Amino acid sequence: MRRRMLPRLPVLFGALIVLLWVLCAVLAPWLAPFDPLHSLQPLVPPLSDAGAGRMFWLGTDMLGRDILSRLIFGARAVIVWAGFATATAYVIGIAGGLVAGFYRGHADRLLSFLANVVLSFPVLVLYILIITKVGASGFNIVLAVTFASAPAIFRIVRALALDLRERDFVLAAISQGETPLRIMVLDMLPNAAGPLIVDACLRLGYTTITIGVLGFLGLGLPPPTPDWGGMVNEGRPLAFAFPHLILFPCIAISSLMLGLSLLADGLRDGEQRPLKSTGTNLP
Amino acid sequence: MKTPILARLVEIAGTMLAVSFIVYLVLEANSGDVAVKVLGPFSTEDQRALWMHQNGYDAPFLWRYLEWLARFAVGDWGMSTHYRVPVWQLLPERLGRTAMLAGATLVVMIPVSFSLGILAGMAKGSVADRIISFFCVATTSIPEFASSVFLAAIFVFWLGVLPGASSMTSGFAIRELVLPTLVLALYSAGYLARITRASMVEVMEAPYIRAAMMRGVPPARLVLGHALRNALVAPVTVIMLQIPWLLSGVIVVEVFFAYRGFGSLLYEAGLNSDIALIEACAMISVAVVLATQFLSDLIYAWLNPRLNRKTARADAAGIPSETPAAGAAP
Repeated sequence: MRRRMLPRLPVLFGALIVLLWVLCAVLAPWLAPFDPLHSLQPLVPPLSDAGAGRMFWLGTDMLGRDILSRLIFGARAVIVWAGFATATAYVIGIAGGLVAGFYRGHADRLLSFLANVVLSFPVLVLYILIITKVGASGFNIVLAVTFASAPAIFRIVRALALDLRERDFVLAAISQGETPLRIMVLDMLPNAAGPLIVDACLRLGYTTITIGVLGFLGLGLPPPTPDWGGMVNEGRPLAFAFPHLILFPCIAISSLMLGLSLLADGLRDGEQRPLKSTGTNLP
Repeated sequence: MKTPILARLVEIAGTMLAVSFIVYLVLEANSGDVAVKVLGPFSTEDQRALWMHQNGYDAPFLWRYLEWLARFAVGDWGMSTHYRVPVWQLLPERLGRTAMLAGATLVVMIPVSFSLGILAGMAKGSVADRIISFFCVATTSIPEFASSVFLAAIFVFWLGVLPGASSMTSGFAIRELVLPTLVLALYSAGYLARITRASMVEVMEAPYIRAAMMRGVPPARLVLGHALRNALVAPVTVIMLQIPWLLSGVIVVEVFFAYRGFGSLLYEAGLNSDIALIEACAMISVAVVLATQFLSDLIYAWLNPRLNRKTARADAAGIPSETPAAGAAP
C-alpha cells in the first residue's frame, strides 16, 4: 500500500496547489483581506498590524496596496487570461491539426509549413514583437499567445490525427459517407483527447508563465490590474530595500506552475499505464 | 546523402523568407508610430508626414518589403532609429556577450543534467530517481524572472557575495556572469536531465543490457561502457534544440541583471519601435534557431547511422513522443 501511494504523492501535491489557486481566483472577493486597488499605508513590511484587528500578512507595495490581496486577485487575472488564451490556441490548433491529418496532401503541407515558420521564432521574441506593436492588454496577450502556441498544438493534433486516419473506424466512417466535419469532430477528436489533456495542463502553465514574463517586462496586463509579473516589475527598483515586494509574487507564480507541471506528470503516467503494464495495476 | 541536405537548406531559406515577411508585416501594423518615436510626442502632423515621406515610408507595402529584403540580403541593415548608428555596429558586441553567457550556461548545464539524468535513469523508481525527477520538475517550473529573484535574494541580498547587476560598466567581471548563468542553467538543466533520464531508462531495459547484467558485468562498467553511448544520443540532439529556448530566457535574464547583450538589445528595440533593429534581431534569432535545428538533425543522423534521414528529421523536428517537444516550451 505504501509503495503504491508514494509515487502519487507529487501528483496530489500538484493538484492541491492548483486547487488552492483556483479557489483563490473564484473566492477572491471573500478571501482577500483588503481591496487590491485601494491605497492604505505604503511599504509596510510583512506581518504588520493594520489596525482594527487586521494584518498586512505580506506587507504592502509602494502605493500602499495590500500584497496578499493583490496576489489573491492576481490569481483571478492570471487564471482567467491564461485559460482564455490557452483555449483559443487550442481551438485553432485542433482545427488546423484535424484538417491537416484528415485531408493530408497539400493542405497538410501548407499548414505544416506555416506552423514551422511560426515555431522557428524564439517564443519571447515573437511576443515582444507582437505586444510592443499592438500594445499591452488582455486581448492582445490572448492574440499573441494564440499565435505563438497554436502551431505547437497543431503539430500534436496533426500527428495524432494522421495515425487515427488509418484506423478502421475512421475508414469505416468514410465509406459510410459521413461528412468530413462529423468524422473529424465526433470520431477522431475524442480519440485524441488523452494526450491533449496532458498537454493542455502543461500549456496552461506555460501561458501563466508567459503572462508573468510579459508582466515582468512591462508588457503585461495594464497597471491597476493586479498581475503577478507586473508586481515584480513595479517592485524591482525598490527590491533591495523591500524584498517582500517581489518575493511573494514570484513564489505565487512558481507554485502555480509547479502544481500544473506535477499534475501534468501524473496525468501522463496515468495515460500511459494501461498501455504499458497490463495486469500489474491490480491491487 | 547529398540531396536531403540540399532540400533541407532550401526549406530553411523558404522559412527565413516567410519569417522576414511576417516580421515586416507585424511591424507595418502602425508604422506611424516610428515617426512619433523619432520626432517626439510634440511633433506636428505635417512634420511626421514629411519624415515618413523622406524615409520612404509612404511607398506601397510590398515594394518597401522587397526593397528592404534586397538591402538586407546584401548586408545593408539600415540605421537604428533609437541608437542613431548603423545596426551592424551594435550587433557584434551584443552578440558576443550573449554568446559568452550562453556558452557559460551550456558548460554548467550539460555536465549537471547528464549526471543527474544518468543517475536517475540507472535505477528507475529508486529514491534517487524520485528526488531527481521532482527536482527537475521544480526547476523547469520556476520561470526565469522568479528564479532570478530567488537567487538574487540568496546570493546578493542575504549572503552578499555576488553583485546584483551585471552591466559590466567597469570592464569584464566574471563574478557578474555567475548569477545570469546560474539562472539560465537551472531552468534548462531540468528539461535536459529528464530527456537523459528517459533515454537512459529505455536503454537500461534493452535486451543487450539485460544480457550483460546476466553475464555479471559490474554495474559501473555496465553503465559507463555499455549503456552510456546509446543513452546520450537523444540528449545530445536535444541540447541543440535547447538553444531557441535559451534565447527566450536570455531576454528575461539580461533585462533582470541589466546585462548588455543581444536579449536586452532586442527588448529595447521592441520598446522603442526601432524597426531596422528589430528586423535584424528577429532575423538573427530565427537564423540561430534554424541553424541549430539543422545541426541537430546532422548530429542525430551521425550518432545514429541505423536511422535514415527521414525519421531523423521527424524526430528532431519534435514530433511528440514521451517528452514535450522543445519547440512547444515557453
